[in-house]
Amino acid sequence: MKFVSEFRRSELAEGLISQIHRKSRTPARFMEFCGGHTVTIFRYGIRQVLPRTLDMVSGPGCPICVTANADLDKAIALSQIPEVIIATFGDMLKVPGSRSSLQEVKADGADVHTVYSTMDALRMAEENPTKSVVFLGIGFETTAPTIAASILQAEEKGIGNYYVLSMHKLCPPVLRAILDSGEVKLHGLICPGHVSAIIGSHPWEFIARDYGIPCVVSGFEPLDILQCVDMLVDQIENGESRVEIAYRRGVHPEGNQQALRLMEQVFEPCPTQWRGIGEVPDSGLKLRKKYQHFDAELAFDIDPGPAYEPVGCICGDILRGVKTPADCQLFGKACTPEHPVGPCMVSSEGSCSAYYLYGGGFEG
Amino acid sequence: MCLAIPALIKVIEDKEAEAEIGGITRRISLWLTPEARVGDYVLVHTGYAINILDEEEAAETLSLLEEIAGLAEEEG
Repeated sequence: MKFVSEFRRSELAEGLISQIHRKSRTPARFMEFCGGHTVTIFRYGIRQVLPRTLDMVSGPGCPICVTANADLDKAIALSQIPEVIIATFGDMLKVPGSRSSLQEVKADGADVHTVYSTMDALRMAEENPTKSVVFLGIGFETTAPTIAASILQAEEKGIGNYYVLSMHKLCPPVLRAILDSGEVKLHGLICPGHVSAIIGSHPWEFIARDYGIPCVVSGFEPLDILQCVDMLVDQIENGESRVEIAYRRGVHPEGNQQALRLMEQVFEPCPTQWRGIGEVPDSGLKLRKKYQHFDAELAFDIDPGPAYEPVGCICGDILRGVKTPADCQLFGKACTPEHPVGPCMVSSEGSCSAYYLYGGGFEG
Repeated sequence: MCLAIPALIKVIEDKEAEAEIGGITRRISLWLTPEARVGDYVLVHTGYAINILDEEEAAETLSLLEEIAGLAEEEG
């Protein structure tokens, strides 16, 4: 078992596809919340093999895409402080803020480094004792525990020059906000697999219970997505709405208790701004009082100036599932992966990037 | 961004491990999966093992999918 190639076998995909065609009678629209799922769906042409009864829409599950410009501007303002080294996941570099991007300020001399892990950022702090290393804390529940762990390691090792700009986002609260807005009608939800690896499947139960929407947690291989769609179709045809796990090898209903404990120890929920969605209560994470000395926003005096959105960009509407990249006048013309206007074109998991790279989504 | 890939744990040293990811050996953190053992496959996200993969569940899922594929073939 390698846990990868086994879940790409085409003969098994064919079996699932014909079963889905046989069973699906009721027209339904499914949202894949997660950008990783969007990529699998586009890369393997999954929309095109589904029956006409099923419609798929991408959700806001790309942490880079949903980061508000006001937060991005803070990161850029921090990079202008001479003793600060910015450590960030690579996807953030090209995202345009209100006036500039991290890539542009790096070209102008700011100390901005791409890291693979918070472990690299911690090492950087140890190796540069006269500098302050600010890690850009971007990500959902999958990533937040790794950043909590880095803060606890910094505390344990007495690393005093490591800071985090916490821009984390929590998934269940934003789904509630999207469903409450009533803008997009959904009949099934493909729940994020690696967020669920941490939080488990129980936090999605309110969606099945309060909104009557079937939920299935999916993995990221093509067979995972097809199995998930098959399970959603089963629920719909049987008139049920509950939470199931298709990704049982990676997700336990209770999640990862150790990761949840560390996240809870270091962070507490707070309201936060989502691009295109606005402020959502309890959907962000801030450092608890005990760990506030690691908070970059408190440690440094910054004035990022007023934030504004790029003219003509409809990333916000796309993130809410209300529009698709095909509706955007900039798509593929003024906005391409080489010269992105909005974040959904920058991030490899953004809807615009997936549409651009894999095409074929326009009829989907 | 929530990308996590399977890795096989080869050596464990305290809260870190050497793990094989697609033929390449990488150093990963076990802060989030202290119960992981040598020989386990874990899901690695940004250098941290975020869960231990369940081989039995994987095999069960695959045999279910094989059954579905068999059924589809029979019905032609």
